Amino acid sequence: MIKLVRSKIAILAIVSSTIPSWAMDLDTVKFRNCTWCHGESAQGYAPAPRLAGQTERYIENQLLSFRAHTRDNPFSKQYMWDATANLSSRSAHDLAIYFSTLTPKAANDGDKELANAGRTLYENGNPDANTVACAVCHGPNAQGIRDIPRLGGLSYYYLKRKLEQWGEGYHAAAKSPMPQIASKLSANQIEALASYLSFGK
Amino acid sequence: MKLINLRRVLLAAIPIIVICTADRAECAASSQQALHAKIEYCNTCHGLSAQGYRGFYPIPRLAGQQTQYIENQLRAFIERRRKNSYMYNVAHVLSPEMQTALAKYFNALNSKPLRDAPRTLVDKGKTIYEEGDPNSNVPACMACHGGEAKGQQEIPRLAGQLPDYIFNKLVNWNKERGQDERRPDISAIMLPTSHNLSKAQIQAVAAYVSQLQ
Repeated sequence: MIKLVRSKIAILAIVSSTIPSWAMDLDTVKFRNCTWCHGESAQGYAPAPRLAGQTERYIENQLLSFRAHTRDNPFSKQYMWDATANLSSRSAHDLAIYFSTLTPKAANDGDKELANAGRTLYENGNPDANTVACAVCHGPNAQGIRDIPRLGGLSYYYLKRKLEQWGEGYHAAAKSPMPQIASKLSANQIEALASYLSFGK
Repeated sequence: MKLINLRRVLLAAIPIIVICTADRAECAASSQQALHAKIEYCNTCHGLSAQGYRGFYPIPRLAGQQTQYIENQLRAFIERRRKNSYMYNVAHVLSPEMQTALAKYFNALNSKPLRDAPRTLVDKGKTIYEEGDPNSNVPACMACHGGEAKGQQEIPRLAGQLPDYIFNKLVNWNKERGQDERRPDISAIMLPTSHNLSKAQIQAVAAYVSQLQ
C-alpha cells in the first residue's frame, strides 16, 4: 500500500511540475498530491504534519531541503525526497503560498497534565540549565515567522519526533540552532513541549 | 542601597570561595566550563559568532560591544530598569563574576556585520549620524557613540548592529528603557532624541551604522 502511494506521489510530482505556474489557480492536482498524506484540508495526518497556516517561507525552504536531501529524517527520506524530486522551485513557492493561507486547526492530542510544564519551558526556558526560551524565535504564541516554523497546534507525535530527531543528528546541515537546543532537552521536557504546543493555535 | 549591593556581592561570592579553597585548579577549570556553556547558550539566540540573529524578534549583535554597556544592561534587566521578560530570565541567574566574564568575552569578538540593510539609505543615515538634524533637535550620534560607532563605556557600540533591532529599540525607548523612576540611568540621554527622530530617519541611521565594521 505504501509502495503504491509512493509511486503515485512520484508520478504526480512529475505531472504537476510540467504545469506552468500561471495555471496555479486551476491546478488542483499539485495540492491533491500533498493532501493524500497531509490530510484533505492539510491539517496533518499521523506522521505527516499540518501544512495549513504554516509560514510560507518555512514550507518553501523545507520543500527545497527535501529536494536537496539536506532534511534527512526517516519519513522525509522515505516520502518527501521522492515527492519533491521533480518539483520546480516555482511550484515549491506556489505550494508554500497556498498552504500558508489555509486556516489551521489545533491537533489537541498532547497530554493535558504536561501542558503547563511545557508552557513554562516554552516561554522562559531554563536559564540555570542554559536552555533557551522557544518563544524568542518561534514567537510568544508559537506562530512562527519567515522561515521559522509555526509550532502551535501541530500534532504531539510530530513535534515529539522532530525534537528527538534534531537531537539524534538528523537535518544537521540545516543552518539552525535547533540541533544544539534539542540535544539538551530531556525526554520529559520534549513530551511537555509537544503536549503544550499541540493545544496551541 | 549600598548595603544591599554589598550583601548581594558577598552572597554570590560564598559558593565560589567554598569551592575554590578546596582546590584552586579544579575551581578554575569548572568556572571556565560554566563560562563556555553560558556563552554557547547566549550564542543560541544572539548568533553563533554573536553577530546578531533574527528570531521572532531581532536579537542584537553582542560582538565588539562595550564591556560596561553589556554589564549595565544585564543589571538593568535584573533590576527591571530595562523591560524584557526573556532577558530578565536569562540575566537574573548570572553571578556578577559571570556577567563580567561574558561582557569581556563578547567585547573581544570582532565578527563581520550581517550588512543586509538597504544601501540606498546609507548616505542619508551617515549625514544624520555625523551632523544630527538641528531642525528637529537631534544631536549628532557620533558625539557620544564615536566616529566609528564603537561606543564608549556605558554607551553602546552601534557598528554592525542589526538595523531592525535599532529601529525597534528607538521607537519603543520610553516603554523599555529607564523603567524605574527611583533609579534613573544613562538611558535617559536617548529619550528626547528617540522622540525627535522620525521613523524614516531612524531607518536611515540604522542602515548606516549596521554596515560599519
